[in-house]
Amino acid sequence: MAIHPKEQRLVLKYADEPGYTPSIDSYLAHGGYDMLKKAVTMEPQAIIDEVKASTLRGRGGAGFPCGLKWSFVDRKSGKPIYLICNCDESEPGTFKDRQIVHKDPHQLIEGMMISCFANNVAKAFIYIREEMPYGAKILDEAILEAKEKGFVGDNVLGSGYSCEIVVHRGAAAYICGEETGLIESLEGKRANPRIKPPYFPAVLGLYNCPTIVNNVETLCNAVHILDMGAEGFKKIGRPNNAGTRIWCVSGGVQRPGYYEVGEMTLGELVYDICGGPLPGRSIKAIIPGGSSMKILKNGERYKGKNPDGSEYDWGLEDIPLDYDGIAAAGSMSGSGGMMVLDDTVSIPAALANLMAFYSHESCGQCTPCREGSLWLKKITSRMVHGEARPEDVDLMLDVAGQIAGRTICAFGFAVAWPVQSYIAKFEDEFREYAAHLSDPNADRQAIKELACNG
Amino acid sequence: MDLKPETLAEIEAAIPKYPEAQSAVMPLLHAIQKDQGAISNEAAEWVAEKLGIAPINVLSVVTFYPFFRQHKIGKRHIRVCRTLSCAMAGGSKVCDKVLSEFEAELNHASPDGEVTVEFAECLASCGSAPVMLVDEDLHENLTVEKAKEICDKIKAEAKA
Ligand SMILES: Cc1cc2nc3c(=O)[nH]c(=O)nc-3n(C[C@H](O)[C@H](O)[C@H](O)COP(=O)(O)O)c2cc1C
Ligand code: SF4
Ligand code: FES
Repeated sequence: MAIHPKEQRLVLKYADEPGYTPSIDSYLAHGGYDMLKKAVTMEPQAIIDEVKASTLRGRGGAGFPCGLKWSFVDRKSGKPIYLICNCDESEPGTFKDRQIVHKDPHQLIEGMMISCFANNVAKAFIYIREEMPYGAKILDEAILEAKEKGFVGDNVLGSGYSCEIVVHRGAAAYICGEETGLIESLEGKRANPRIKPPYFPAVLGLYNCPTIVNNVETLCNAVHILDMGAEGFKKIGRPNNAGTRIWCVSGGVQRPGYYEVGEMTLGELVYDICGGPLPGRSIKAIIPGGSSMKILKNGERYKGKNPDGSEYDWGLEDIPLDYDGIAAAGSMSGSGGMMVLDDTVSIPAALANLMAFYSHESCGQCTPCREGSLWLKKITSRMVHGEARPEDVDLMLDVAGQIAGRTICAFGFAVAWPVQSYIAKFEDEFREYAAHLSDPNADRQAIKELACNG
Repeated sequence: MDLKPETLAEIEAAIPKYPEAQSAVMPLLHAIQKDQGAISNEAAEWVAEKLGIAPINVLSVVTFYPFFRQHKIGKRHIRVCRTLSCAMAGGSKVCDKVLSEFEAELNHASPDGEVTVEFAECLASCGSAPVMLVDEDLHENLTVEKAKEICDKIKAEAKA
């Protein structure tokens, strides 16, 4: 994909360079594995300190500080410590890890090996979703190449440190992206997430051993932190939002795609880089960080107080494109999967589409999530099929309210937030829609196609 | 169990990769499903025996994950993404086209046994929506016309 001049590429620096291949030769010709060579001469704690100082935050969804996560690892238990790279990439709207794995797999392996060395890990896993079969093959091949050159396996670069990486394929279940569901799956079980406490992966993770779970993009950044130093890394982005982020933009823009950027506003990404809406259309709303995140409505003012007491008053396009900016606007940057909804999109139909997703993907352990997601699918579905009932909007809010915060894992929020936020921002549309669609003569074809749930 | 030699080799290579044998359930099921087209009860028992776990622990995995199946499907597995970004880009029409080309019903093998068409959830390629997987191959930026070309190719390959 062509690189936009406003991008600042770090993790995807070489991925789209003409002639660049996933082979180790390409990577080595671009300084590949130099940072691993540096890492094995350092004290492991010094690497952890550097990552901590960089203020790198997780790129998988929750945005938790990476160095802090590593510092929670129980190093006194006497048990082995595991590291798992989360390449499940199943949050709707997200397609960045796919680029890294298919185009520059060695960067991920180098980032993992640095992270493993820093945390005294002797066995690491890459959990990759089943729907990326070539990605799994590319990774297997890359690990073999890296072993041949002494970057992975026994006695890494003659340092006396050894670590294996195993690629593990999923089988098409979204919940395997949730870190404790992933761990269960890797243990050969159903991916039923575990309750925290006590099952914090850093203490009781894989095989009840201390375990680090990080996203693909997060782990790649370890390479760049060693390269640039924590101070250099922090120069990109606002304080507490250090480094670049790869945004995945899909839906109603002229140039959908993945874009790696530093500090900028949401408007710069959506209008300048992605070219704004299609001709004759306008942007209605944006789901900023994967389908689980609350929706941002265009035309609304986003107001509040900054930590220093000053006030902000933004339009959608002014929202700073980072963790804290999107949080200040009432949503989350999540996985970086941004779905743009233009004025042709019916919000209730979009919700029906997503509720079909969530009810299909609930692992079924918690009653509120299993039953609630199915109810929400049924209600939104009858709405788009013209059988809405007057009480449906309130019923949906009631059901969503009974899921949020009452489940084992954060999937519960992922079901409830779209319902709650779409109704909060577009309540009229839901109510009018329900009334209008009860009209047997209404044209429901486009709406059914958008809901796409059979 | 009548597994191909390469499947058996894959299975033997997978088990020692894991600190605990049960972790090899999914790689073994992947290998067997690729070999046999589905996971029979006999296969589940065979995996259980191989890994020293109870058959129910294998069956519970088979029944949890959408990719594992207990019954065979058409020769080609077509999965059309139905999630929001693909739906906004016309994924539903693409799916209808593929179904009509093979006179198939969603989730059932086509009458000629060539394909089974299913919906998939977000395939992590929303920037090039709508997309679909034909076995292992991802097809992007689909239109009804492109979908027809892909169907024609599958039909031609089936005849060859
Ligand atoms: C329902 C659900 C699905 C998730 N899916 C993914 C995913 O596909 N990929 C991912 O990296 N993280 C996913 N996460 C977040 C992980 O649980 C975990 O926080 C993350 O992998 C940690 O890595 P990071 O700190 O580097 O971001 C998901 C979380 C939830 C609740
Ligand atoms: S919230 Fe839903 S997905 Fe998470 S553990 Fe409970 S039932 Fe499973
Ligand atoms: S919505 Fe179809 S690939 Fe993401």
